[in-house]
Amino acid sequence: MLYSERVMDHFEHPRNAGEIEDADGVGQVGNAKCGDIMRMYIKVDENENITDVKFKTFGCGAAIATSSMATELIKGKSIKEALKLTNSAVVEALEGLPPVKIHCSVLAEEAIKAAIDNYYQRKNGGEGVTVNDACAACEH
Amino acid sequence: MSKRRIYMDHAATTYVKPAVLEAMLPYFTENFGNPSSIHTTGQLARSAVDRAREQVAAAINALPQEIFFTGGGSESDNTALKGIAEAYAKKGNHIITTNIEHHAILHTCEWLEKNRGISVTYLDVDDKGRVTAEQVEAAIRPETILVSIMFANNEIGTIEPIAEIGAVCRKHGVLFHTDAVQAVGAVPVDVVAMNIDLLSMSAHKFYGPKGIGALYVKKGVRVPTFIHGGAQERGKRAGTENLPGIIGMGKAIELAVANMEESSKRVAALRDRLLKGILETIPDSRVNGDTEHRLPNNLNMCFRYIEGEALLLRLDLAGIEGSSGSACTSGSLDPSHVLLAIGLRPWFAAPNLGRRDDGRGRGLRACDPARNSENIARNVANI
Repeated sequence: MLYSERVMDHFEHPRNAGEIEDADGVGQVGNAKCGDIMRMYIKVDENENITDVKFKTFGCGAAIATSSMATELIKGKSIKEALKLTNSAVVEALEGLPPVKIHCSVLAEEAIKAAIDNYYQRKNGGEGVTVNDACAACEH
Repeated sequence: MSKRRIYMDHAATTYVKPAVLEAMLPYFTENFGNPSSIHTTGQLARSAVDRAREQVAAAINALPQEIFFTGGGSESDNTALKGIAEAYAKKGNHIITTNIEHHAILHTCEWLEKNRGISVTYLDVDDKGRVTAEQVEAAIRPETILVSIMFANNEIGTIEPIAEIGAVCRKHGVLFHTDAVQAVGAVPVDVVAMNIDLLSMSAHKFYGPKGIGALYVKKGVRVPTFIHGGAQERGKRAGTENLPGIIGMGKAIELAVANMEESSKRVAALRDRLLKGILETIPDSRVNGDTEHRLPNNLNMCFRYIEGEALLLRLDLAGIEGSSGSACTSGSLDPSHVLLAIGLRPWFAAPNLGRRDDGRGRGLRACDPARNSENIARNVANI
């Protein structure tokens, strides 16, 4: 098998998949050309703790698993802590990824940052979704 | 896990038929001789190689002395292109091919452009993956030395108009090579009737072993020595012969050609049932390639809004093994060059459920295509 058992578990049974209708922050990263699109929804309380997080991902097994794991790693954490999440922490939590799939973990990290960015924008009167479709991990 | 696995990736590789393995085994042990040795053990090996060469030649209507054993399809493709470019350098420096060739052709062409001053025309195919003889004729220039067009595509199974292209090449005095790796053993191939000057094939695509292939070179066509050393393969490819591989290839091609008509019909019927089931049960699914000019064992589809790898993983968990794009490119994240060439956009996933079957193998026959299509449908719905 291409992936670790942990990756397959998150691929088959993704945690926190879905949308939050009244989200406080929504971020989207990736593009169709590189094959992966991730959208993260966060719900933030008055103490800046992430009380709920959901994701929707169009992508390969690794993209789904990294999104799922990333939501688990930030759920219940403060925004400050969530911003410290790195892609390598996601990879480690998933017990590794094949080298060609490491960029998926980068996308997951970026998706969370985009959602938090969006939360701050909304707090300052902004609207809509923060979209970062220039995939930093590949040339597309 | 004892669940039965349904292997639908025979375009990537086939298993070795028991009869083929049985034919090979003595050549690992008691008949292990070096075909170049004078003694009895050597000469037994020599006559077995000669017989295998006859079997391979007969399968494509060639002469035994026109068959050179190689290490596989990629080596045959490399040798044909680089060899002709070198041997006919005085005649010209232009090669015509298509943009849906296997990477063994495309990357060799790119190398020749970069390092050998060869100019290459990459013909566009239509939305079914077909190129026409008229396109080839229009691209021929006075300095054209070779046309290399695949017999059948390894991803979408489209069969090219090889006889028509062969006739055009003959008319203009241009050599014609075809990468027939997917076609040999699946559809009739006749190098004389189709005016083919060079042809590549690989044993592990027709139930033979891996690591053995052949290059057919028509008598009178000049190719330089591929590997320098001893006098094996009439001085073209030095090195002690891959004896068991050669014997296995001979046996496998003989069996494949003998059962071709019956096997093609049966597999095509199963394929069509599976296709019908998928189209009926999965919304936004469509078939890629040409439904008329197509390998009997190939099915390539796209499921709109479904990501390829995610579907393959789900199918694998359900015990169905397919592919999206060529196995040779699975390490790359780029979308299939073949699907891009027929006008598909990258977010159309396209698992290839192509296969070939001899009737005794695992696969469609072992199960009900209707159940398979339901299974695929369920897995599409789950993503």
